[in-house]
Amino acid sequence: MARVVVDVMPKPEILDPQGKAVLGALPRLGFDGVTEVRQGKRFELEIDGELTEARLAEVNEMAEKLLSNPVIEDYAVTVVA
Amino acid sequence: MKVGVVTFPGSLDDADARRAVRLGGNEAVALWHGDHDLKGVDAVLLPGGFSYGDYLRCGAIARFAPVMTEVIDAARGGMPVLGICNGFQILCESHLLPGALIRNDHRKFGCLDQTLVIENNRTAWTSSYEVGQEVTIVLKNGEGSFVADEKTLDLLEAEGRVVARYVGNPNGSQRGIAGISNEAGNVVGLMPHPEHAIEDLCGPGTDGLGFFTSLGSLAV
Repeated sequence: MARVVVDVMPKPEILDPQGKAVLGALPRLGFDGVTEVRQGKRFELEIDGELTEARLAEVNEMAEKLLSNPVIEDYAVTVVA
Repeated sequence: MKVGVVTFPGSLDDADARRAVRLGGNEAVALWHGDHDLKGVDAVLLPGGFSYGDYLRCGAIARFAPVMTEVIDAARGGMPVLGICNGFQILCESHLLPGALIRNDHRKFGCLDQTLVIENNRTAWTSSYEVGQEVTIVLKNGEGSFVADEKTLDLLEAEGRVVARYVGNPNGSQRGIAGISNEAGNVVGLMPHPEHAIEDLCGPGTDGLGFFTSLGSLAV
């Protein structure tokens, strides 16, 4: 068993209205000094068996094909356990 | 012509779309997301709604529905395909159209009568219109802001593939783009809903009907 995390973030040049909404809410709650918020997604994948190079390549394929939309999002794959 | 209208789990406007197809003088055929079957239709319409609850990203799950295998093959073979709203999002996720639809820049769900300019009447779905014609149809979405990189936008403009543009940008869409076509012109994605503007009884008039009568003129 292995745990792999895929983080998906909107590309820097893409407007992130959700992040902007969070940024706007923070000062209303008294939290000052935050200059930018970008909101993304985190996927935690439990992978059966040994995490071979081929399996990891497959996770990258999942991230590219389904978990992210490469037109508007970047992804990062991290093996955590 | 026989026009297939796909129903996904969470589609909302499939019945309206079928009605619009009939009022446009064509035969509407209900297609089911789970079937690998286009039932011999001549064209396909992907309707608006919230397929698969908009989980992951709008259209991201629907793009891998069984019926989409056939829709994508047929679209690449030249079959007319129109995606409205969620259907447009599905076409972008399928890479049949470039770009993507993200959350409206004002962060609210918009629901209004929206005026557009038809800029390309060479597509299978817009031949009933004149270039430069203004039409008012319904716009209703939360994630209708069209984005693409500058190179793609330039290409769309240069090839005349901007099918319709907003008069007054309602959602932050780049270059005010409301609808685009693929290179061949058979696949069109449109954010506003022409199927809600086909009768005087309800909606903002009948300006949307042209999207459904265009196919008929294709057949003759």
